[in-house]
Amino acid sequence: MKNTMAGMASISLPLPLRARLSILCCGGGGGSMIHGFGRAFSSSSSSSSSSSSASGSPTTMHAAINSAITHAMSEDPTTLVFGEDVAFGGVFRATTHLREKFGPRRAFNTPLSENGIVGFGIGVAIAGHRAIAEVQFADYIFTAMDQIVNEAAKCRYRSGAQFPAGGLTIRAPYGAVGHGGHYHSQSPEAYFCHTPGLRVVMPRNPYDAKGLLLASIRCDDPVIFLEPKALYRTAVSDNVPTEAYEVPLGKAEVVREGNDVTLVAWGAQVHVAEQAADALREERGATVEVVDLRSLLPWDAETVCQSVSKTGRLVVTHEAPITAGFGAEIVAEVTNACFTRLESPPERVCGMDTPFPLYGESLYVPTKLRVLEAMKRVLDF
Amino acid sequence: SSSSSSSSNDPLSAALPVRANYTTQRRAGYAGGKFIAPVMQVLRLTDEQGNPVEESGEDVLDGSVFPDANTAVKLYKTMARLQVMDAIFYEAQRQARFSFYMTSAGEEATVVASAAALHDEDVIYAQYREQGALMWRGYTCQDFADQCYSNERDPNKGRQMPIHYGDKHKNFVTISSPLGTQLPQAVGHAYALRMEDDGLVASRRLDVSDDAAGEQHRRVVACYFGEGAASEGDFHAALNMSATLDTPVVFLCRNNGWAISTPAWPEQYKGDGIAGRGGSYGVRSIRVDGNDAVAVYVAVSQARAEAAETGTPRLLELMTYRRGHHSTSDDSTRYRGKASEIAREPVGRFAAYLKGLGWWSDDEDEEWRAECRAEAIDALREGESVSKPPISGLFEDVYKDMPWNISRQLDETLAHAKRFPEEVPHGVPLH
Repeated sequence: MKNTMAGMASISLPLPLRARLSILCCGGGGGSMIHGFGRAFSSSSSSSSSSSSASGSPTTMHAAINSAITHAMSEDPTTLVFGEDVAFGGVFRATTHLREKFGPRRAFNTPLSENGIVGFGIGVAIAGHRAIAEVQFADYIFTAMDQIVNEAAKCRYRSGAQFPAGGLTIRAPYGAVGHGGHYHSQSPEAYFCHTPGLRVVMPRNPYDAKGLLLASIRCDDPVIFLEPKALYRTAVSDNVPTEAYEVPLGKAEVVREGNDVTLVAWGAQVHVAEQAADALREERGATVEVVDLRSLLPWDAETVCQSVSKTGRLVVTHEAPITAGFGAEIVAEVTNACFTRLESPPERVCGMDTPFPLYGESLYVPTKLRVLEAMKRVLDF
Repeated sequence: SSSSSSSSNDPLSAALPVRANYTTQRRAGYAGGKFIAPVMQVLRLTDEQGNPVEESGEDVLDGSVFPDANTAVKLYKTMARLQVMDAIFYEAQRQARFSFYMTSAGEEATVVASAAALHDEDVIYAQYREQGALMWRGYTCQDFADQCYSNERDPNKGRQMPIHYGDKHKNFVTISSPLGTQLPQAVGHAYALRMEDDGLVASRRLDVSDDAAGEQHRRVVACYFGEGAASEGDFHAALNMSATLDTPVVFLCRNNGWAISTPAWPEQYKGDGIAGRGGSYGVRSIRVDGNDAVAVYVAVSQARAEAAETGTPRLLELMTYRRGHHSTSDDSTRYRGKASEIAREPVGRFAAYLKGLGWWSDDEDEEWRAECRAEAIDALREGESVSKPPISGLFEDVYKDMPWNISRQLDETLAHAKRFPEEVPHGVPLH
């Protein structure tokens, strides 16, 4: 399952990705072609979660992830990091310098085998050590599905808590990147959210990426940590502390408060949601409460339901296909818990029920404009 | 110019990722129009009657392949006890006293003799037909019965099917049904153990009772699997990773000829069995007569010592025959003849060897088997009477801490059970 795009993002051969991202980075006209990541690239990329003071230069997503792994490996000598091409720093540079700092026994390449990587990580975790396994693209995690769903997720339960695999964290880059086609674009979170025993976590910016990843590694449950690859180099937080900190798992964040619509998203899609919220305020003067779910399993229904109880309206947006996507779970729970508070049917703005296409990606993904239209529909109902 | 590899002493450049000599042979693997399959031989030290085979060595003749007579007798007694327990537990399942069972019939030597060659602090990953290893490590018929009955004494808290044993204190990792998944896990576990035994990290050994002398042994992970499971992708991943990452794993393949109804050759593989694959992964391999307890003990002892010393993997293929049905859900007469017609019986064979040494007798045998029968029957009676885990146990241990959704479902289930107590299975406490 060798991917063909891995090298593009490496130091030596980043041109196609960089070229494409640089178009996106320009914002303005270019930004509209790929569902509006433009804002995400600015240093003001939302991270209102952090009340802490800025302590360092602007930090990219991959540097924040590298920092979290460095803290984890420093504080627990059993922690290992491994996967395909991890030793030289990783195809997205998230594991740079770890081999020099911690040695080849703790930061190493594996053979090209995702079921092997995850199975190996489970064994490390059963031994009571900590394993940070990397799957090069979330699109290639399916080879390891059996190890994740039948093994990692069930180790604690089936053994009566004798042999948990809680020390395992699986990192994988996910999501649209502008030109990833079928196998460098997928958002597989819903597959994992149907699996009791797993935690599923997706950060939207460098601040959360570091805090959530450190919390995931320290957590005694197995975690699937999906990183928005489009933001590795482009999203910048200028408030990432150099020291270790955690962003709590299972807690959503109200990214911006509003009274008229609740808009739920996660990962890179939060930035699209924020742009749609801005546009709605400009057009209608309506205020949108944007909620970043951050953890999908277990998810923070309380925060979402509180918000919908206030606004009476719900729109959920995610890149993954709509049918049986995680948006369905949110809409079902909210409809049940907030039935008497709802002023209109909840809406979902998602990817299509097709494989992720190469040409016409901007028609496939849930753009700012589509989210905006959905919010107008729930307001006008 | 030379026409064969043997005449060339010009190995390919070290810069190339292979080490080989040049050849002009154009049909690799063929000679004279015939496929060349190098066939590994089978190590055998005693014959079908339990007599040491010629040239098996002095240590086999005088029994000194074993550390002492007690160890050899314990090995036999464990195999016989397993045989007796299997027969009685199999019948118990036929009487629907529990839902499922799998016997080890015919494979007692592959598992018990290999477990005897391991150290108790070595971690075992098993497939499902290896209860003999737990018995070697001290499991009683009662321990097995408690798991089969899913009662509150089952270390797995009653959640898995019968024979999915697991015990932290015995360094025996809980069995799961998906085949082959334990193989790469064993590699990861062995990597972690090696980090500890190399002094790179503090020991987190699973068995809390360390050697009294405090002597630090280097440990290995032993990983059992059948020849059918070796067709899974996880076998390939594990063998390759164990070699590239230098991990002390002893892979123990029980090749019993059948994966349920599928014959090993030619429907499972067309190559030279499982051991024949080892060399291509860079894993030293040996094939052993799995019905010869002496040969299994000797081969596993040596492989274990080498793996521990070098921190590298070993692969052993233990050739045996599945005498029983695949499981209580299988009638093997539908796809093969009666297994009992095939004269391969490892337990009696080892008994004959011990009798030849004067270490065992027919009287002792009769007495021991009667004792085991009584133990197994008592264990069933008691296992049945012990309470099941409570309703709340169904919801615990999914995560370390119970999240809101599962907590809500626990409350709903308890409320439902209190409204309809007749819906609660017999023996399950209502809390």
